Amino acid sequence: MIFEDFFIRALIAGIGVALVAGPLGCLVVWRRLAYFGDTLSHSALLGVALAYVFELNITLSVFIVSGVIALILIDLQRRTRLPGDALLGLLAHGSIAIGLVFISFLSFIRFDLMGLLFGDILSVSEVDIYIIWIGGLIILGILYFIWQSIFAATVSSDIASAEGMNPRQANFIFTILLAGVIAISIKMIGVLLITGLLLIPAAMARNLSRNPKQMIIFSSIGATLSVIFGLFASLELNSPSGPSILVASLMLFILSLLVLASKS
Amino acid sequence: MKKEDQLLIKLENIGIFKSNKWLVRGVSFKISHGEIVTLVGPNGSGKTTTAKLALNILKANEGSVTFNAKKVGYVPQNINIDWTLPLRVIDFMNLTNKISKEQIINSLKLTNVENLLDADMGNLSGGEFQRVLIARAIAGEPDLLILDEPAQGVDFNGEIALYNIIKKISDDLNCGILLISHDIHFVMSATDQVICLNGHVCCSGTPSAVAQNPAFVELFGKTASSALSLYEHRHDHTHDHDGSVI
Repeated sequence: MIFEDFFIRALIAGIGVALVAGPLGCLVVWRRLAYFGDTLSHSALLGVALAYVFELNITLSVFIVSGVIALILIDLQRRTRLPGDALLGLLAHGSIAIGLVFISFLSFIRFDLMGLLFGDILSVSEVDIYIIWIGGLIILGILYFIWQSIFAATVSSDIASAEGMNPRQANFIFTILLAGVIAISIKMIGVLLITGLLLIPAAMARNLSRNPKQMIIFSSIGATLSVIFGLFASLELNSPSGPSILVASLMLFILSLLVLASKS
Repeated sequence: MKKEDQLLIKLENIGIFKSNKWLVRGVSFKISHGEIVTLVGPNGSGKTTTAKLALNILKANEGSVTFNAKKVGYVPQNINIDWTLPLRVIDFMNLTNKISKEQIINSLKLTNVENLLDADMGNLSGGEFQRVLIARAIAGEPDLLILDEPAQGVDFNGEIALYNIIKKISDDLNCGILLISHDIHFVMSATDQVICLNGHVCCSGTPSAVAQNPAFVELFGKTASSALSLYEHRHDHTHDHDGSVI
């Protein structure tokens, strides 16, 4: 089989995204931050709009906007008495609304809104591949470096703090890394579905794993397989890439349920 | 200076103010190597808060904490390991330190749960869980050990066994121990000092002195006082390292 260049590019970029999504997805699941991830990714729409206005690189712009939203959230959590989920909803829907209003002002630019929301493999350029792989390696490198502290804070913030670690700093770095993975996956998966690529392979991996390391490895493998199957399906069926990848990951999750059922 | 004399931690007149009230105020105590200090008090009396102030997890609004301990082992009151996190005992033992497998097994042996090395944390019984928590806290060879209600979810015999283990840890590691207990009827006999807390230090001293203190009797009633002193009287002797009565 001979593939078009765009497809090869999408495949290379997608695998890069998947390898980063594996470990970060596990942390999102363990720390119950699914809705937090959603909030950050919804704010990415605003990032994209700003990228067009100021002619910035989309990944960079999304990273900055998601990072800022994350910091605002952490600050608001300290200041208000609103429960966490209400606060997240406020920021998620607020930022997606601002993003959409912004985009409507930019009538001189033709926006592929569907592509933004659900991903578009045609849009992955060679530069994007570099950004994804270099960015992804930086994220994984930092994660490796602070793993013990971030993992200890996940299990028990009090123990980590008492025994000389800095959970607050670990949480902060983790949040920034999450903004980073959202930024590098936005073109492939789209604003609405990024959290799915973090959650579903991790949920699948949980069904197959007995220890944290195993879960991270299975999660990365699951995300990679989802990207490969999803992109092939997207090419064959002419379906949008993000949903196709997530359908593939959902199928893997169902398979893992069967494995779990057969074990017990 | 003898090792026993070395001060590990000292709280002076410490207080924390939150939501328009003082959670604890005017609390002072110190712990040195080889010493066991027990904090008792009713629910909501600020025992856990005091421990967290000592550990600098919470910041005090007044008073000062002198912290000389180099390595801390902490057994928190609440730890909830989510089902989504697959965690075996051996993974948990390495939580904050990289510890050799031999050291891990030794620590688990000390708390009599070495058979659980490969078990899932989620499948442990209450007593097994507490023993694993203690084993983890001592595996890094701390010089200060803080145990927040280590006997919770453990029956009476288990509680006695746990206190024997804690005594052994104190002897083996010569670390300072801060023990928190809501059970005022039953304070570990090896305790050097009991501090009775009720938002402030209600009274403090040796177990028998505390039991006879009028403030303690007022807070807990006469039965508690007699139970505590009864316990103390049964143990009006001390043990050598090999267990023989002196």
